[in-house]
Amino acid sequence: MSQDSVRVEQAALETTREPNKALALLGTSMGRNLGLVIALLLICLVGVITAGDRFATSANALTILGAAATIGVVSIGMTFVIIGGGIDLSVGAIVALSSVWCTTVATQTMAEDTHWVVMVFVALAVGAGCGLVNGLLIAYGRIVPFVMTLAMLASARGLAQIISERKTQIVRDDAFADFFTKEVLGIEVYIWIFFLVAIVGWVLLNRTTFGRRTVAVGGNTEAARLAGIPVKRHTVYLYVLVGVCCGIAALMLVARTTTGSATHGNLYELDAIAAVVIGGTLLTGGRGSIVGTVIGVLIFMTLNNIFILNNRSISEQELLKGAVIVAAVLLQQRLASRNSST
Amino acid sequence: MTDLLLTMSGIVKEFPGVRALGGVDLDVRAGEVHCLLGQNGAGKSTLIKVLSGFHQPDEGTITWAGQEVSFTTPAKAIEQGVSTIYQELDLVPHLDVTENVFLGHEVSRAGFTQRARAHEMVRALLARLGHSEISPTRLVGDLSPANQQIVSMARALSHDTRLLVLDEPSAVLDQQEVDNLFRVIRGLTAEGVAVIYISHRLEEIREIGDRITVLKDGRTVGTGLAVADTPTVELIRLMTGRSIEYVFPPRPESPRDQGDPVLEVRGLGLAGVFDGVEFTVHAGEIVGLAGLVGAGRSEIVETLYGGRRATTGTVTVDGKRLRRGSVESAVRAGVGLAPEERKSQGLLLDEAVYRNITMSSMARFSRFGFLDRGEERRRAAELTASLDVRPDGVTRAVRTLSGGNQQKVVLARWLLRQCRVLLLDEPTRGVDVGARSEIYQLVRSLADRGVAVVVVSSEIDEVLGLADRVLVVREGAVVHESAATDLDEAKVLDLVMEGKAVSA
Repeated sequence: MSQDSVRVEQAALETTREPNKALALLGTSMGRNLGLVIALLLICLVGVITAGDRFATSANALTILGAAATIGVVSIGMTFVIIGGGIDLSVGAIVALSSVWCTTVATQTMAEDTHWVVMVFVALAVGAGCGLVNGLLIAYGRIVPFVMTLAMLASARGLAQIISERKTQIVRDDAFADFFTKEVLGIEVYIWIFFLVAIVGWVLLNRTTFGRRTVAVGGNTEAARLAGIPVKRHTVYLYVLVGVCCGIAALMLVARTTTGSATHGNLYELDAIAAVVIGGTLLTGGRGSIVGTVIGVLIFMTLNNIFILNNRSISEQELLKGAVIVAAVLLQQRLASRNSST
Repeated sequence: MTDLLLTMSGIVKEFPGVRALGGVDLDVRAGEVHCLLGQNGAGKSTLIKVLSGFHQPDEGTITWAGQEVSFTTPAKAIEQGVSTIYQELDLVPHLDVTENVFLGHEVSRAGFTQRARAHEMVRALLARLGHSEISPTRLVGDLSPANQQIVSMARALSHDTRLLVLDEPSAVLDQQEVDNLFRVIRGLTAEGVAVIYISHRLEEIREIGDRITVLKDGRTVGTGLAVADTPTVELIRLMTGRSIEYVFPPRPESPRDQGDPVLEVRGLGLAGVFDGVEFTVHAGEIVGLAGLVGAGRSEIVETLYGGRRATTGTVTVDGKRLRRGSVESAVRAGVGLAPEERKSQGLLLDEAVYRNITMSSMARFSRFGFLDRGEERRRAAELTASLDVRPDGVTRAVRTLSGGNQQKVVLARWLLRQCRVLLLDEPTRGVDVGARSEIYQLVRSLADRGVAVVVVSSEIDEVLGLADRVLVVREGAVVHESAATDLDEAKVLDLVMEGKAVSA
């Protein structure tokens, strides 16, 4: 009660406060994304200043997008899981397992005359299967998502190593790589796939019952359950969804590198969670943004790109990445408290 | 008669754009129970937070024991002897009673806690509160809400408390526990401790209070009113600015054509909680479940809804049997629940009103999984208009509504769903006096439209006033069933308590 009426007062504030329109705007979802865009533009400015003509080329832009595509697809899946109140630490391992499994299909002699579409099917099925296991054990086995996906992280990568016998598997079917790296309107197909996944993700989250349920389950599980929403089944769907995203990401990786390896997707879970958090999705669930996640991924990849162009070390990149995460979260908290408390 | 302990005068607290307190006066004497009354949003909480050092007043003075003071932090207020027990108890469930009592001021020597001495001190405090049966080593999470409240009070007394502020302490208690609480309060006031008591329930204030201060829209509209000679009508007039009393809607004149029952509960049981519960509800009928907290009322409702998995028995709606432990099955059959804990069980507080309303009927607004949000908003707007949800606007977050209006949103959800059976668990908890009558009217009009309604309430007059038929639940069994008009409050009290040692 006491807390509640204060919130009522706060809510009244939101509607009546006149000044600081810019800050108020930054608190809305539209505004938050605008803030992220501004941050991205500032980073690009740094790129232009420090790396000049090497940074500001369309080829370099495509390099950034290419790097962003794989992690971006994974991050979009991760956004759904986190909005739904969960977390998936196993995404990187699932990418590795999917890549190894689908390249095994392609490299086996008996598979000489199978079409590369089989690889696509296998990668997606492996991703979905891992997600299904995660989801079932979390929803019905009541294992905490953190622990379950941690276990999957270990097991999936272990299985990937067993299947690949710790070797890198090379895909010799050119048609597969050609399809994904073919340029359409100057942009490679796998980057188009990233755009497509982002659009589908946005529509799914904001315009469908699936998205509405995700928000409800993550925002207040008990209320969702008592309103008749099949919470457990929906939780399973969410992990299958992120698993499929991992399968897509694995295909992109295999196409770009023409290899499947148990080391693919290393630490993707951290990059994806970082991008999701920077994008303004609450780690506690119930609220989040696909657009934010996409910009979050682009911010990281652009920073990486600038570091590489300036010949800085990986270690320095990692250091800065940590700082960016902390800065972004601090800024969001500021805006959130400005907007809802004062 | 007694010395003034606290005087707050002309307290103003402004948040940018909102004047939460616009000049509040309050004086409290040592050893009295001073009741603070007001509707939600009247400024009670803000006033308490000013008093306990959470907020700093923009204007006005606080005089404490004859000296002007300013409590700049909660710690300062506690140091001076002002302890506040909020409605959401701030206890740590995984720590034991002693650890909670001394949280933040542990009994220690050279950094090592002295457990034995601390337990001893807690035992003494609990004895002083008349609850020596609570073990200092119990985990707080294992205690009942009533006993947790006692632990909070022990914590308050572990400081040298001269003024205890209780924010709606009775909201989580049943009648007997409230009596216990009152005994504790009387013990404290006899020792000279002053109590500020906040409650929506006027009858409690009648029983425990000495004087009353009424707040409305951040102002004091009446202060120092003696409980003994201020009529209820006057208090309601002060609180609402209107002269209304909450009246129950009339029952239909003639019993309607009964026909087959809509809801049929047969031999329903939940191991260790209740057993062999049987009742039926016809269309247009309101059935009330009365009983003590812990007697199994809420559990019965939750179980028949599928929120808990029944161990025995069947529930049928319109002749269709519900799957045990499946809320989805109940909702599909046309059952709706307005849960006891509206905020944590019923609503997505940060989401828009319309989304909360359409939550259980999404299929109706979707084509191939795509939601028609315009249609959603239109339907939600119709419903909120007809239920008079204020302030209007279906895109505002539910959090910004008062308790009564939040309850209307929950009811709108099931109206939209066109449910056949509506289960209401404590429908007016946290709903202020003005909005109660509206909720009662609404429930009756739903029944008149043919909905079978089950109402659970700790407030006996609510069950008696609203329901057509009353079931009395005691210790996990239905012990009595009769028409509401054949019962009165004393009779129901007798039934719910029978066999228990009534000590008061």
